[in-house]
Amino acid sequence: MGFPRIDPLGLDALLVRFSDRLEDRANRACVAFRAALEDAPPGGVAETAPSLGSVLVRLSDPAAAEAVEAALRERLAARDWGGGDPPPRRLWRLPCAIGGADGPQLGEVARAAGLDERAAADALAAAPMRVLALGFAPGMPYLGILPPEWDLPRQTGLTPEVEPGALVLAVRQMVLFGTRAPTGWRQVARTGFRPFDLDREAPVALAAGDEVRLWAMPPDEVDARAAEDARRLGGAEVEAVG
Amino acid sequence: MIEILASGPLTTVQDRGRPGHLARGLAAGGAADLRALDEAEALVGPGAVIESAPAPLTVRLHAGMRVAVLGAPAAVTVEGRALAMEAAHDLPDGAEVQVRPTGRGAWTYLAVAGGIAAPEVMGGRGAHLIAGIGRALNAGDRLEVGTAAPRPAARLAEGAAGRLGGGELRLLPGPQTGLFPREARARLEATPFVRDARGNRQGIKLSGGDGFATEGQLTLLSDFVRAGDVQMTGAGEPYVLGPECQTTGGYPRIGTVIPADLPRAMQAAPGAPLRLRFVTRAEALAATPPPPRTEPLVRDPRDMPDLLGYQLIDGVWGEP
Repeated sequence: MGFPRIDPLGLDALLVRFSDRLEDRANRACVAFRAALEDAPPGGVAETAPSLGSVLVRLSDPAAAEAVEAALRERLAARDWGGGDPPPRRLWRLPCAIGGADGPQLGEVARAAGLDERAAADALAAAPMRVLALGFAPGMPYLGILPPEWDLPRQTGLTPEVEPGALVLAVRQMVLFGTRAPTGWRQVARTGFRPFDLDREAPVALAAGDEVRLWAMPPDEVDARAAEDARRLGGAEVEAVG
Repeated sequence: MIEILASGPLTTVQDRGRPGHLARGLAAGGAADLRALDEAEALVGPGAVIESAPAPLTVRLHAGMRVAVLGAPAAVTVEGRALAMEAAHDLPDGAEVQVRPTGRGAWTYLAVAGGIAAPEVMGGRGAHLIAGIGRALNAGDRLEVGTAAPRPAARLAEGAAGRLGGGELRLLPGPQTGLFPREARARLEATPFVRDARGNRQGIKLSGGDGFATEGQLTLLSDFVRAGDVQMTGAGEPYVLGPECQTTGGYPRIGTVIPADLPRAMQAAPGAPLRLRFVTRAEALAATPPPPRTEPLVRDPRDMPDLLGYQLIDGVWGEP
């Protein structure tokens, strides 16, 4: 199957796929292509959204599908979407307690990666990650792509419940839960940042393409920073990049 | 204002949803039976409605207002007197409206002129329970009502009857249809499914066939899912996704129920027969129904004495 490719998704959307596997280059293409569509939307487009390997284009009129598809093909051919500078984004430093009671499975994850727990915590804190996509639940980020040693399979059983703010790891990615939830991924850290907060100016604060670092600190400091944050961003530091 | 006196666990305010947030991981949501919203709009004008799963709903009106009850059939009474569904009724301040589902269909709607003025959150007034927006209604809740432009009283020329007992769901092929072998697609179309007991605003399960597995690809990259998608679980059991589905998912989808047939899927009560049939895009476009037709409401005079005895406000029946 050749990529990129465009297929209809229901009557009112087209799906532009850059890959059917998790690939850094394809995910960068999704973010860049979607940003370009948002900057100058082709006629007949109601909404666009990026995922791990695709961009959804929702049509304002299902009858416009052919015209929009032609416009998308022209845009796709215009440049190499996976290379070059990424579009403007933000860099987030999320206060995190890594390991211990806040990352009860860090030990397992460290062993699988061939590291001791301390080295694993340091490596995760140093790892440059991007928001690969938001999905599953509102604002919930898929973060990555982590180096190959973090290519852990999902657990065979589910952890019945993780706390809001839990950072869980599998398949070279982390996911940040906003609510109590069961998960097949392993919890390595906890943050006071919430991906979805209706009482915040922007209920969904992160965007696909944003850069994210875990900012390691003791658990009580994580909680104190979150409690003091009038912006309701869990004490995160945010700066514009690009 | 409308006061909820009794309601089931799945009673919520709903509208056409809050489109535009897929990039943020939020599905549009909206009424399970969007055609019922079209019908409500034809009778009482635009606005949010009360959506109720098969459980009794009782409300008290704290102002005179125009009311219509639509969707899955229910015995509707006002102070003990029967009220026709799928018609606009001007009811007086203090009226107590009881809606008791009959078991046919799945979702009943109570619509009022002006719409339910629940607070707008991210562009919609409806509850999106999975996302944590809004909540189910409870006895004691009081809902504000918006203002409405006057319109003649009418009833639907053709209501929900044609979409309540299950039937055929037309499917469009999608990006993952080709991952299923031809045999599985043919078997899907040949299988007489029934709507399983499992189902809610996130989706409904079809029982009667399973093992609809894709070829080769065991782990799919998570990708966009939409309302109407027919998703196969790990065991190859089909689910039709509803308006409150997640935005992305890793299970393969064999196709998408066309918008014209999604209300039929969501209104199928447990046990209702459902068939799936692939259609072309041209067929799907041609299936888009016209707006609901209404006809002027002319009362049978035999109904009137009883109704007038309950102090229905003046000038309400047979308006020009």
